[in-house]
Amino acid sequence: MTTSTAPIAARTASAGTLKRALALPALLFLVIFLFPFIAGPHYVILMFSAMGYAIALLGLNLLFGYTGLLSLGHAMFLAIGAYTAGYMTSTRITNFELILLVAVAIGATVAVPIGLLCIRYVKIYFAMLTLAFSMLLYSFLFKFYHLTGGDEGIRIKVPTLTAWDLSGLDTLSVLTGPLYYYVFALLVLLTALMRCLTGSSLGLQLRAIRENQQKAEYLGVNVKRYRLVAFVIAAVYGVLGGVIIAIPVGLADPTIAYWVQSGNLIFMLLLGGYTNFLGPLLGAVVFIFFQDQLMSFTEYWRLTFGVILVMIVIFFPNGLMAAVDRGRWWST
Amino acid sequence: MLASANILVGGVFHAAVLFLVAAGLQIVFGVQKIVNLACGSFYALGAYFGISALAWAAAFEVPAIAYIPILVGSGLLLAIVLGPSVERLLRLIYDRDEHFQILLTFALVLIFEDAIRLIWGAVPLQTINVYFAFGELRIASDLAIPNYNLIVIAAAALISAAFGWMLRRTRFGRIVRATAENKQMSEALCVDVSKVYMAVFTLGVALGTVGGALVVPAGAASIDMGVELIVDAFAVVIIGGLGSMPGALIGALIVGFVRSAAIWLYPEFELLAIYVIVITVLIVRPQGLLARTA
Repeated sequence: MTTSTAPIAARTASAGTLKRALALPALLFLVIFLFPFIAGPHYVILMFSAMGYAIALLGLNLLFGYTGLLSLGHAMFLAIGAYTAGYMTSTRITNFELILLVAVAIGATVAVPIGLLCIRYVKIYFAMLTLAFSMLLYSFLFKFYHLTGGDEGIRIKVPTLTAWDLSGLDTLSVLTGPLYYYVFALLVLLTALMRCLTGSSLGLQLRAIRENQQKAEYLGVNVKRYRLVAFVIAAVYGVLGGVIIAIPVGLADPTIAYWVQSGNLIFMLLLGGYTNFLGPLLGAVVFIFFQDQLMSFTEYWRLTFGVILVMIVIFFPNGLMAAVDRGRWWST
Repeated sequence: MLASANILVGGVFHAAVLFLVAAGLQIVFGVQKIVNLACGSFYALGAYFGISALAWAAAFEVPAIAYIPILVGSGLLLAIVLGPSVERLLRLIYDRDEHFQILLTFALVLIFEDAIRLIWGAVPLQTINVYFAFGELRIASDLAIPNYNLIVIAAAALISAAFGWMLRRTRFGRIVRATAENKQMSEALCVDVSKVYMAVFTLGVALGTVGGALVVPAGAASIDMGVELIVDAFAVVIIGGLGSMPGALIGALIVGFVRSAAIWLYPEFELLAIYVIVITVLIVRPQGLLARTA
């Protein structure tokens, strides 16, 4: 975990280095952009949910990678997003922008009190407390059948867009066409926003807290306030990701809030590389596609994933991005 | 009357099994400082292995009284095989950030879940007719307690007592407590810490596998039982305090009774009630009810 000298280095570097530095992220986004033209609908839908996971992971990385807090309950925010989409589309409010806005509002409202409690603790206690809150939500979603649909969940209809008339299109062409690019734009926007946030004094202060909390406090960093800010931002990214992940599934059900789902999120983050700004994006894409391929020829995909996670934890704790990373601007 | 008696027996039964698993979690945390998410997986493996052992024993037409030693023995055997090998894997990351340690045990959860699927299949399994082989204790005309539940409670109490005696009174127990207290000092005093770690971890695994083997005749073994148990075991150790054995007992009793009461009175609140308690404890007394250190 190095401090943020990379952005300055990149800015003062020659044009050639800068071009090479931008090559990988540009390539990643280009592939995602062109994906509906080069892949079949099944894979485009997969990429759709991978983008949702990537957004959620960008937020989670602010918490884990930057602030050093391991959440084992981040799936609760995915669930809030998914169920918001479910409730709204079932009451005939299908406008996508409105769903996102309401989800963000609910997510932030829930995240502030939960965050205020959780950020009082670090390390294992933080992990356990976040797990407790997500299981509280899970059991509520699972048991209160008349409110939440119980284990059957709530159906989600395909949303509509304000600026794009989708009435003539069937579900598949909406998901692989207009909505795909809408989500892509959202991903680019949220990535850029996160880049600004982590590059700002906020990112620096969070890293200072992670590296040495007491020193940071001594230097005048308001540790609790910054942790809370990181928690709420992570939650907002989580609900946005949750809305997007749930749309192609067409269903919001309690399993999205289960603690194993939170564990998988952390797994994706490690796979991509939590020390790296673009790690979450790569982790989500690789995880989703690899899982899909693995599931198509074996039902024992968890075994393979478990072994991979063991390998990552023991031998490659910095993930895939570390392999291609040479201290470029996107590394942190 | 009927409900309260059922709540009482059901609560103690839940608590007995939960305490075994939570005690395994506690001792590993106390000594190795690792929160073992895979303790639920050991519990599930113990349950499945217990079913196989009973099925194997049934071929020899053993008397019903031998069922309990067979179950306990199968749990111990499994722990002796699994414990040292898993500990060997964990040893690679003892000096690493604790987040990575938790994630390694999460990887084990995934691996063991599929290992069970591979060996025993995805369909829930039940034991041969053990549960009713012991008959039931009829207290009133409308109230009967299966004897098996009472046997499990007694067995768990016995194991816990032996475990407590070992930790407090034996030389090995003193070494374990000393290592938990101060690893470097123990090393300086010629304690072979790596051996202690292996023994402690195997002990933790054994508490889980035996717990699973004992509980399975009362219900069924399913793929999800491991990940579901983690949630309860976590609740127990948070309520009681991480690393505290008396705390685990109090926590197990609270969780056991709350769950049992909720099942009888208001099933919707089963998990919810437990987690409301967990969060209340974390807010009011984050170190747990009976933690040794704040």
